[in-house]
Amino acid sequence: MAVKTFREALTEALHLEMERDPSVVVLGEDVSGGAGSKGQRDAAGGVFGVTSGLLPRFGEARVIDTPISEGAIVGAANGLALAGKRPVAEIMFADFMGLAMDQLMNQAAKFRYMFGGKARCPIVVRTTFGIGFNAAAQHSQSLYNLVTHVPGLKVVVPATPAEAKGLMLTAIRDDDPVVFFENKALYAVKGEVPEGEYTVPFGKARMVRQGDDVTVVAIGRMVMLAEEAAKRLEADGIGVELIDPRTLSPLDEESILDSVEKTGRLVVVDESHPRCSVARDIAGIVAEKAFSSLRAPVRCVTGQHTPIPFARELEALFGPTPDLIEAAVRDVVGYAV
Amino acid sequence: MQLSREQLLRAYRQMETIREFEERLHVEITTGEIAGFTHLYSGQEAVAVGVCENLTDADYIISTHRGHGHCIAKGCDVKGMMKEIYGRGDGLCGGKGGSMHIADVSKGMLGANGIVGGGPPIALGAALASKIDGNGGVAVAFGGDGSSNQGVVFEAMNMAVVLQAPIIFLFENNGYSEHTGADYAVGSKDIAGRARGFGMPAERGDGDNFFEVYEMTREAVERARNGGGPTTLEFRTMRFFGHFEGDPQLYRGPNEVEEYRATKDCLMQFRNRVIEAKLLDAGDLDNVDAEVLQLIDEAVSEARAAPPPSPDALFENVYVNYEGGIR
Repeated sequence: MAVKTFREALTEALHLEMERDPSVVVLGEDVSGGAGSKGQRDAAGGVFGVTSGLLPRFGEARVIDTPISEGAIVGAANGLALAGKRPVAEIMFADFMGLAMDQLMNQAAKFRYMFGGKARCPIVVRTTFGIGFNAAAQHSQSLYNLVTHVPGLKVVVPATPAEAKGLMLTAIRDDDPVVFFENKALYAVKGEVPEGEYTVPFGKARMVRQGDDVTVVAIGRMVMLAEEAAKRLEADGIGVELIDPRTLSPLDEESILDSVEKTGRLVVVDESHPRCSVARDIAGIVAEKAFSSLRAPVRCVTGQHTPIPFARELEALFGPTPDLIEAAVRDVVGYAV
Repeated sequence: MQLSREQLLRAYRQMETIREFEERLHVEITTGEIAGFTHLYSGQEAVAVGVCENLTDADYIISTHRGHGHCIAKGCDVKGMMKEIYGRGDGLCGGKGGSMHIADVSKGMLGANGIVGGGPPIALGAALASKIDGNGGVAVAFGGDGSSNQGVVFEAMNMAVVLQAPIIFLFENNGYSEHTGADYAVGSKDIAGRARGFGMPAERGDGDNFFEVYEMTREAVERARNGGGPTTLEFRTMRFFGHFEGDPQLYRGPNEVEEYRATKDCLMQFRNRVIEAKLLDAGDLDNVDAEVLQLIDEAVSEARAAPPPSPDALFENVYVNYEGGIR
């Protein structure tokens, strides 16, 4: 297997699907870049480089540089999809979803249901999220909770380069609207990526490591942090079973519940804000469906109920760290009734 | 352009079907059998039909909360629509959309839409699909004067110009954004003029004159089909009922609708014009009226008798597929 970055894995997935399926169309701000400029055409390939190389290969009809108009970008993706295309639209930062929220929550999510099953809206909305860039309150949020709430949308948060590729292929081939969250702090992370056609199913969690003492469910980049904590805990004889849900909607409840039934303890790790979050949702599902298995209260290690601050010192205090995850695990393992 | 006798009869039948459908709903709603919010299109028929008579099933339209007229004009099944409005299991959308979400994608009808301004960007996407395929297809985004003030509509208009999309932004200015005057809410008082600022042709016309609507749309459609990009058309018209059924309409002037019905009604104007020009005779039109009346009678009685959706339908078609299921 080739070693690729998270970014390269996504780029490969887009190239593969555009090559395989002529109905795949990419649109967004600077997905190629350079349109109407004095310099080179294909000047950007996306601000994070994920869509690089698509324009020269697939042409302007299928790689569409748009004005800065998030509502119309997702809206146009919806119309393309209703008309038989498979658009992959880019919202540069998840924070900008607010500008496109109507098209996501009232349009894409609802067509099939409102129209009695006589429509499909196979869009993928790619977006970036996450702390770690001192990008402050409007370029750092992890807003997958907002869309996971909405029936009709599917929500994907890959944690590794291999997952990124496999989930992107599945997302583009999926017949429902998918919001695909790419953690910008993962783009440079490397990992082995299977060659060619490689798909990862939705609604099936990945067992990252097995352990008997505590179940840790971690989302996106938090999987990496939780792995680090798990390694340290292993040295002290504490076995962490680490689960990466991969898709938040659909959510593989069964894998989480099975694990908690074995370990009796749950820590959920998520860098987004805690209120009405997927982390608390998972905690709630376990409380409701595996109460009798629990030997300790569920702990959530999450971001804070604050906007994300700019200063390095403050941003560092906002989100989960391996230390905080380790402490939470030690807490629940040491809990005495 | 001279329309054939068949085309004229067809246009009249479509307009009359919309009128009868809506006038009948206005009555039936008082029985309490129809749930939810209903926005009637009576009065604006010349716009929906004048536009859609220029389109085929391969062209797309998207509509608004006031969508029944556009649905009928684009070829949605009238009985299926009535059942949908009654919330029946064999309604056009299985009783899960209702008045505000009637759609038939197979006819290029991408749905009535409950979000004012939600439609234009979607129509833009459909237009881009036609452009990518190079099949000459066009999309029409219907909206009211109210939607002309939504930001995402401006986004769609600009993007349509940038991408030279084969789309027509079609604004039906019926004088009221819900309960507020259009001349108050549209700052420039000129929707087409504002659209022209985006760099596309934009014209205003008389929405009560079928022939004017038909001709102006024909030019815009032809331009779009031939790669000439987007157009905005603004048609002034009047809705004969409230914003929604039950609206006390306190914003109306005295006898406003009554006078309009007596002097400007688009169906009356059409009838007078084709008879005077000896294109059709009154008997032809009376026959259409009788047939339409019978169709609407049947649609209502069949809708009233139809069963509601099965309880399982609640969980159906949220997704094409969803691992683990919905429940």
